[in-house]
Amino acid sequence: MSKKTYRQAINEALRQEMERDERVIIMGEDIAGGLGSPGEQDAWGGPLGVTKGLMPKFGRDRVLDTPITESGFIGAAVGAAATGLRPVAELMFVDFFGVCFDQIFNQAAKFKYMFGGKAVTPVVIRTMYGAGFRAASQHSQCLYPVFTHIPGLKVALPSNPYEAKGLLIQSIRDDDPVIFFEHKAMYDLEGEVPDEPYAIPFGEANVTREGDDATIIAFGRMVNFANDVADKLSKQGISCTVVDPRTTSPLDTETILETAAETGRVVVVDEAHPRCNMATDVAALIAQDAFDKLKAPIKMVTAPHCPVPFSPALEDLYIPGPDKIEAAVRAVVGKAH
Amino acid sequence: MQLSRDDLLQAYRRMRLIREFEDAVHDEFSAGNIPGFVHLYAGEEASAVGFCMHLDERDAIASTHRGHGHCIAKGCDERAMMFEIFGKKDGLCGGKGGSMHIADLSKGMMGANGIVGGGPPLICGAALSAKTLKTGGVAIAFVGDGGSNQGTTFESYNLAKVWNLPAIFVIEDNGYAETTSSSWSVAGSQVDRGKGFGMPAVQVDGSDFFAVWEVAREAIERARGGGGPSLVHVKCMRYYGHFEGDAATYKAPDEVARYKATKDPLMLFRQRVTEAGLLDGQALDAIDREAKARIEQCVAEAKAAPLPTEKDLLTDVYTSPY
Repeated sequence: MSKKTYRQAINEALRQEMERDERVIIMGEDIAGGLGSPGEQDAWGGPLGVTKGLMPKFGRDRVLDTPITESGFIGAAVGAAATGLRPVAELMFVDFFGVCFDQIFNQAAKFKYMFGGKAVTPVVIRTMYGAGFRAASQHSQCLYPVFTHIPGLKVALPSNPYEAKGLLIQSIRDDDPVIFFEHKAMYDLEGEVPDEPYAIPFGEANVTREGDDATIIAFGRMVNFANDVADKLSKQGISCTVVDPRTTSPLDTETILETAAETGRVVVVDEAHPRCNMATDVAALIAQDAFDKLKAPIKMVTAPHCPVPFSPALEDLYIPGPDKIEAAVRAVVGKAH
Repeated sequence: MQLSRDDLLQAYRRMRLIREFEDAVHDEFSAGNIPGFVHLYAGEEASAVGFCMHLDERDAIASTHRGHGHCIAKGCDERAMMFEIFGKKDGLCGGKGGSMHIADLSKGMMGANGIVGGGPPLICGAALSAKTLKTGGVAIAFVGDGGSNQGTTFESYNLAKVWNLPAIFVIEDNGYAETTSSSWSVAGSQVDRGKGFGMPAVQVDGSDFFAVWEVAREAIERARGGGGPSLVHVKCMRYYGHFEGDAATYKAPDEVARYKATKDPLMLFRQRVTEAGLLDGQALDAIDREAKARIEQCVAEAKAAPLPTEKDLLTDVYTSPY
């Protein structure tokens, strides 16, 4: 066990899985960098350095830089997965899914079903998401609700370095297509991470705080905000349970319903846009299956229904930060009192 | 390399089986016995068989919405295919895919595809698997003239070339993307497009099995030998409409009839091998009878076969636990 960043945890998971299984290859735009260029090789190791050092270790046959051709190489990763490899493709920003989604949702997601069960497509698509980088509308979205909607896909949202390593190893060992969401504002986040490989099972939520007054269900980076709010409020006599579902597909509905029922007051925190997102999904689940346990209306804390703005002044308003979460918790608790 | 007598019989048998299969599906669809969309391959048989005769279990193909011929050419079971098209439980895909998604990965058949241009990126992946795992395999994307205009196809040309993949792109140009003529929709030429990406590229007459077989041999040998991707532009004719139910009024009135009378690939094959004394007419007649009987049997059994049930609805969504 040692302290590692989110970036290092992901790099370590890739390295250990590539060492374990020769069928694991990685591909993406500039995941090494410098291919065909006169200067430094492995120049970038990915745009934010996540895959740095893997090409020198495993060679260009297993660390494949691609042209900027997302339909081409995401589709190639899918085709390779269906024919014996276990590719991990990097879709640099999830915002770019618009130029390759067919290969994900019409091809990879459906092979198993359309082919009567006679297909295995163990592809992982790692992708950066989220606001906070001043990266504006086309490099800052969440979009995991879109992937969660599609049967046949699995969707992982690691909330810290420990989660990132364990969920990525599970993603690579899983026999289904997995979309692995990395929040770009968390790459430098540090945490304790075991040195040895370990897998965190999908569909098993992590309860990060236990309390009596309210249940906060949060996704991805928002788990950290929710933990901070819970810690702050606990000193003021409001104790919160915090649930990190870890994966949106599969979704641990059992833990969500149990923890919602225990306090009867629920806040769902989701960085995605407010319509048809994880917050509405979880709120609907609780309203349908645990309505009689609720003591106050469910509160949803989400980004607003607008594209992600560029100006720091606007982006800070856009992000559902700790203040908004705290206000929502106070509201659900206050209504009950 | 020459075609042996057995090869010739096999080639003719597969082409005839495709023709009988498609004619039967046409009749059954017209009678209202087949649900959904079907797109028939009749008239284009020499392309699928001319290429797939060179392939074995190491090799993969991706098809189009017009996929029955590629399936049969790659060795998929025609009985299970017919069951699938009728939506039956024991179909090749358990009745969950149907005509547009008919596939058998165990045979290297990566699926018909409901998305025009869906196959070429997948074939880059299959070729990458073959290259990385050193199987000696090659991968072929069959693409229509419609699919030839999709960005996925161009991206795949580029990717296959820069990764030096054992991939072959076969543009089956039957003259029409749905109703729209390829003489209008395709800018430049297919061969120039291939050459523009640095690939060897040739055009071939899709009515001539032997010409297709020969260009296929060259492209596949090149790919197997590490020589990278190629493009082949096959000029052919589809005998039926875009899908069943399409009266194809956009074609010239005698277009298909004239082609059938002068360039039908099965007719030309028969002429060629009998005139050259390679096979006798009786052997071919026997194949014709066998194919007809086999497909009649497939249709009869498919009609009588059980449908999938509610317990099949939610299976096969995931492989690992969900």
